[in-house]
Amino acid sequence: MDITEYIKLVFTDYTLRTITMGTAILGAVTGMLGSFAVLRKQSLLGDAISHAALPGIAIAFLITGTKDTNVLLLGALISGLLGTFWIRGIISKTHLKSDTALGLILSLFFGFGMLLLTFIQKQPNANQAGLDKYLFGQAATLVESDVWLMAIVTGICLFVLLLFWKEFKILLFDADYTKTLGFNTNFIDVLITSFIVLAIVLGLQTVGVVLMSAMLLAPAAAARQWTDSLGIMVFLAAVFGAFSGVFGTAISATQNNLSTGPVIVIVAGVFVLVSFVFSPSRGLLFKQIRFIKNRRDLQLHNTLAFMFRIAETHENISHPHAIKILNNFQGFTKGTLQKLVRKNYVKLDGSMWSLTEEGFKIASNLYNQQSDNNE
Amino acid sequence: MEQKIAVKVDDLTVAYNYKPVLWDIDLEIPEGVLMAIVGPNGAGKSTLIKSILGILKPIAGSVSIYDKPYDKQRSLVAYVPQKGSVDWDFPTTALDVVMMGTYGSLGWIKRPGQKEKKAALEALEKVGMLPFKNRQISQLSGGQQQRIFLARALVQNASIYFMDEPFQGVDATTEIAIINILKELRKAGKTVIVVHHDLQTVPEYFDWVTFLNVKKIATGPVKDIFNDDNLTKTYGINYKVSIQE
Repeated sequence: MDITEYIKLVFTDYTLRTITMGTAILGAVTGMLGSFAVLRKQSLLGDAISHAALPGIAIAFLITGTKDTNVLLLGALISGLLGTFWIRGIISKTHLKSDTALGLILSLFFGFGMLLLTFIQKQPNANQAGLDKYLFGQAATLVESDVWLMAIVTGICLFVLLLFWKEFKILLFDADYTKTLGFNTNFIDVLITSFIVLAIVLGLQTVGVVLMSAMLLAPAAAARQWTDSLGIMVFLAAVFGAFSGVFGTAISATQNNLSTGPVIVIVAGVFVLVSFVFSPSRGLLFKQIRFIKNRRDLQLHNTLAFMFRIAETHENISHPHAIKILNNFQGFTKGTLQKLVRKNYVKLDGSMWSLTEEGFKIASNLYNQQSDNNE
Repeated sequence: MEQKIAVKVDDLTVAYNYKPVLWDIDLEIPEGVLMAIVGPNGAGKSTLIKSILGILKPIAGSVSIYDKPYDKQRSLVAYVPQKGSVDWDFPTTALDVVMMGTYGSLGWIKRPGQKEKKAALEALEKVGMLPFKNRQISQLSGGQQQRIFLARALVQNASIYFMDEPFQGVDATTEIAIINILKELRKAGKTVIVVHHDLQTVPEYFDWVTFLNVKKIATGPVKDIFNDDNLTKTYGINYKVSIQE
C-alpha cells in the first residue's frame, strides 16, 4: 500500500479512521500528562500504574463475565488507583524509598494479574479468549465509542489542566513552598495523579500494560529538549504523542499489519532520539558544535592576545614577526593566523605577520570584555 | 521596652522514626528582630523552621503568629527554602518563579495579572535581578538563584520571613546584597528568622540569636548571649570565638 492510497483509506475506511483517531487522541492526552510525571521525577509511576491495572481487568471479567471494554477498563481504573494510593501510602507510612514502593506494587499487582489470567484461561468457558490482548494492546479492537470516551476524558483533562494550571506548576516546582502559601498540596497531587491513572487506563486497550509507560514518558522527554517553558513543553508533548499515534498506526497498517502498540512506542522513541540529538539548546549535536566553536574562538583569542602582548614591547604595534617566533612559543598554527588575516586583525607581509590597528583594538578590549562577562 | 511577640512556639517536638529531632522547644521571637538560628549539623535548624511553617508535622506542640494559630496567619509569613530543595532545571523563567510569590494572595484558580507582574518586577529590581527576568532559571548562578528565591518571598509582602540558609554557596557580593536586604526588612519593622552557619558573622549581621541542638540552648539578644559558654553548650566542644565589639 503506498502513501496516497493510505491517506485515502484513512478518510474512507471506518476501522483505519477509528484507530488513527484513537491513537492520536491517546498520544495527545498521555503526552500532556506525561510532562507532569516527568517533571515530578515520577517516571516510573506510569509503569507501576499500568501494571497495577491488570488484576482489575481480570477481576472485572470474573465478576461480570463480559468482555465489554468499558466494564474491563473500569476494573482497570479501580485497581490502578488502588495500586497508586498504596504506593503513596507505603512511601509516607514506611521508611521505604519511592522506587522500592513502585517496584513492589508493580510486580505484586502484575503477578496477581497474570495469575488470574491463567486461572481464567483454564475455565471451561469459550468466552475467555482474548483477555491477554491487554498485555500488549490491540488497536484493531478500537471502536467509535472507545474513541469518544478518549475524546471526552481528554477534554475534561484539558479543562482541569487549564483551570488549575497555576497550582500544578507551583506544586511541580516547589511543593514545600506551595504548602506555606496555604494550598492543599495533597488535593493538587491527588488530582494530577488521578488523571495520570485515567489516561493510562484509557491506553491499555491500544498499547497494553507492558508498554504503556513509554506513551507517558517518551513524548514528554522529547518535548523537554525543545523548550524552557512549561506551557510549550506540555503542548509539544501532546503534539509529539499525537503524531506518534498517527505515524505508528500508518506504519503498522501499511507494513503487513505489524502490531500497532509497539510501533507507536517505537515512533515515540524516534521522537526522543531526534530531540536528544538535534535540539538547538540541549541537543548533543549543537552542544558538540558549540564546544568546537568555543575552542576555535579561544584559539583565536589566545593568538590575538599573544600578539598583543609582544606588540606592546615594540614601539610600532604592527611590528612584524615571523611565524616561527609566534608558534615556537605557543604552537600557534598558520590556520589560526590566516583566520585572523581574514578578519583583518592581522596582516601578512611576505612571511612576516603583524597586528593591524583593528586587531590591536580588539585585543586590548579582549581582557576588558572577559572581565565584563564574568559580571 | 514593651515588644510584641511575632512568633511563639510551645512545646514543639518533632521526631523521625524514634529519634527526636527537636525536643520540647519553647521559643518567643519578638517583633522586628533579625534572628539567626545556629547549631551543628543535625541540630534540627531546618526542621524547626519547617515545623513552624507546617511543612513537617510535629508530634506535639503549637505555633502561634501574633497570638493567633499559624493556620489563620499564613498571609503574614513568607518562606525562603534552601536553594538545593528544588530542581533548577524546571522549565520556567526567573520572573515566573518570583510571580509564584503572589499565588498565595491570589488563592485557587485565579491567574496573576498586571498587578502581580508589577510587584514581581519590583521585587526583582530590589534584589538586583531585573536584567535576568527572562532568563531560564538553570542559566542562573547559585547566588542569582538565591536572590530569585529572596525576591519570591519579598513579593509576598509578609511581616515575618523565615529563611533556610540563604547564604549557602553564594559569593561575597551576593552575601552583602542579601544581608542589606534583610537589614532593610528589619528597618521596615519586619521580623526575619534565618538559619545560619557562619558563626563569625553572627554579631555583625544579627541582633538576636537562638542556639539550637535538638533542645533549645538559649535565645536572646546577640550582645547578651552570644558567648563561648553558649557556643560550647551547643557545639559540644570547647568553642572560642573572638567577638569584635
